[in-house]
Amino acid sequence: MVIVDPHGHLLPLSRAARGAAGRTGSWRTKKPLLNESRCVGCLVCWLFCPENTIDIVEVDGKSMPRIDYEYCKGCGVCAQVCPTKAISMVEEGG
Amino acid sequence: MPRMVLTGNHAVSYAVKLARVQVIAIYPITPQTAIVEKLDEMIESGEFDADIIHVESEHSALAAAYGAAVGGARVFTATSSHGLLYMYEVLWWVAASRMPMVMVVVTRAIGPPWNIHTDHHDIMSMRDSGWLLAMAENNQEALDLTLLAYRVSEDPRVYLPVAVGLDGFILSHTAEPVDVPEQSIVDRFLPERRQPYTIEPGTDVSMGNIFSDEYFEELRMDMQKSMLEALNVIREAGREYGRLTGRSYEKLVDCYKCEDADYLFIGIGSWMGDAKIAAEKLREEGLKFGVARLRWIRPFPVDELLEAASGKKLLVVMDRSISMGHTGPLYADVSGATGSRVPVYGVVAGIGGVDVSYKDFVSIGKWAVERLEEEGVTHLPLTWYHNGVFNYMYPVKL
Repeated sequence: MVIVDPHGHLLPLSRAARGAAGRTGSWRTKKPLLNESRCVGCLVCWLFCPENTIDIVEVDGKSMPRIDYEYCKGCGVCAQVCPTKAISMVEEGG
Repeated sequence: MPRMVLTGNHAVSYAVKLARVQVIAIYPITPQTAIVEKLDEMIESGEFDADIIHVESEHSALAAAYGAAVGGARVFTATSSHGLLYMYEVLWWVAASRMPMVMVVVTRAIGPPWNIHTDHHDIMSMRDSGWLLAMAENNQEALDLTLLAYRVSEDPRVYLPVAVGLDGFILSHTAEPVDVPEQSIVDRFLPERRQPYTIEPGTDVSMGNIFSDEYFEELRMDMQKSMLEALNVIREAGREYGRLTGRSYEKLVDCYKCEDADYLFIGIGSWMGDAKIAAEKLREEGLKFGVARLRWIRPFPVDELLEAASGKKLLVVMDRSISMGHTGPLYADVSGATGSRVPVYGVVAGIGGVDVSYKDFVSIGKWAVERLEEEGVTHLPLTWYHNGVFNYMYPVKL
């Protein structure tokens, strides 16, 4: 969200807001897929995601990661750091 | 109003104190250093209450002043030459953040080879950055323009930073009588600091994020609009300063005997004083010269310039810097503004502090009139005057 001062000047200021920099759209070439049976809920992926697009959800009383594909850029960091290889990168639309 | 004998540097120090500046961030460089030495003295003796941050480089000096300004303080810094170049990135940040502040640039050549004397390459490198630029002719103006700069910069119609230039050594280290206004007068002239926003710990905004390209361009367009608005803000503030002190700064172009002149010298800074003496000498020889000294170069006072140039036979633009491969930057600005209305010659001289006296201006004036009348050349974009020799250094005569 951009900020305009009361005198009408445009300013290079912004407030944090969901999707302030826009949705990922169609340019992601590979996306991370979570294999829930291999996931141990360590949340290393959540910690490392540079775009903050992995949320934590409660599943059967356990904290599990959930990938938000609206903002995920497909960088693959989560797949790289996952200690149980529960995340794999697959071709978009494949 | 006390009259003091002050160097240009110390005249600036008094202006900074009178402006009730709160934070000064500084790195020393000749010939500017004495400004802050004096401010340090004033703070030490208890007559001035401000914080001085001694930083490790000019990049940090401007960055620290910028941070304090964003936090809400009236700030000051000063530099010269290489120091200004080292600040260059931050200059653009300050301007496009719309952050009011004032800096003094004591002009000095840029090396190599090492040279501490005046020319205008340093301050001219700021032309495109979004800073308003003023240039003093004498020490009185160094003081007055610094005060004016705070008023203009913090005006909500402007909200852009201002740099005030003065010639290294010629002004910075030469003492002249200067009228120093009373604090009560300055307090009436300069209201409490205003700025478009402040960022402090806990403020929920960030600065400088990625925006859409369209918004980026619109922000730059808004800066240009404010620059145009600044022409009138300067006039208004300059008139008010005149009412309070008896010294009006309503005009962005200081015209000396322009009205009945056939020929005009155009330029900035202290050497225009020599041009004024030369205009007198040339008039004694029947050549009616005047001087249109640009007190402000950004915003460029094109309206006043066109008025001064109207009906003249020739404008001789004196540049103390050069855009290598083309012309002096003032020549480009002036000839671009006047177009084909009037003949314009560009002369570069005094680079690296080479002395240019009124006698040189007399020679240049005579030479210019001769070229115009004998050769009928209307546009000579670049003649480099050095040791009495006129070197034509442009691919064509127009």
